Amino acid sequence: MGVETKLPPVLVTNLEKLVGWARKNSIWPATFGLACCALEMMVASSASYDIARFGAEVFRPSPRQSDLMIVAGTVTKKMAAMVQKIYRQMPEPKWVVAYGTCACSGGIFNVYNTVQGVDQFLPVDVYVPGCPPRPEQLLAALIKLQDKIAREKFSDRPDTAAAAG
Amino acid sequence: MSDLNAIVDILKGEFGDAVLGHHEFRGQTSVVVAKDRIADVATFCRDDGRLGFNMLTDLTAVDRTPRTPRFDVVYNLYSFPHNRRLRLKAPVEENDTVPTVEGVWKAANWLEREVYDLFGIVFDGHSDLRRILLWDGYVGHPLRKDYPLEGIPQKVVYR
Repeated sequence: MGVETKLPPVLVTNLEKLVGWARKNSIWPATFGLACCALEMMVASSASYDIARFGAEVFRPSPRQSDLMIVAGTVTKKMAAMVQKIYRQMPEPKWVVAYGTCACSGGIFNVYNTVQGVDQFLPVDVYVPGCPPRPEQLLAALIKLQDKIAREKFSDRPDTAAAAG
Repeated sequence: MSDLNAIVDILKGEFGDAVLGHHEFRGQTSVVVAKDRIADVATFCRDDGRLGFNMLTDLTAVDRTPRTPRFDVVYNLYSFPHNRRLRLKAPVEENDTVPTVEGVWKAANWLEREVYDLFGIVFDGHSDLRRILLWDGYVGHPLRKDYPLEGIPQKVVYR
């Protein structure tokens, strides 16, 4: 809201740390479960693997209310426009996890109808290879993403970059 | 099984020279039928009391390049009253059309659209023959043997 432009730099640094801590401990994923990896993602949110410990149990169906998009599954060329539409509807700050080899690079499907990796049209923060990756790998990716969010400065994010100068 | 041979005999008795052959593999019977009579054969399979194949479980095709005729259109049938399965195969030349069985089993509507989309086989008399899995304006038929695996570079059309 612009308050960070008025503060002296030492306070901005501490504010960045506070904001990073708050954001990383309450990531709300928007599930984009397209194929088999979606089931592993559902299992990760169930009792045995419990994604709720990381603050991420609230899987919002609406992209307007979420901040992480987990692309879990194969993205076909027909579906690619819809994936990007949903990504654009998410408000800042937003992150993307490519879950499974099909989302990372097209997987075993180097064929006529599959996009070779969701990073062809989306900025991906964490890649999780596997077919499918175990739920623990999704939790490991979530921890890596949390570390990345904690290190972020205001100049990294488009909504606060102009304010930070 | 002897009752499957009985089915072949019934079909041969009814259609004579339209039945081009049959074979059996591990309990599954396949009957090769001339494609021009496939609609009559399908209607008979569904309506005859001894056969009763009232469900079309799958309709697909095989590209048998370099054999001519190039394609085999395969109909997998299931009979609820008698709990048995049958396969009909119709050899089709390239650029040749096949009569539709949409009037016999409604499921053939989308299944024939899928075969048209992926192989390019046209079905005569189909009510709405257009692509179903790939987008309109797609160039080529991917499941043909001469189509490259990675596809042809082309634009995706969104409507």
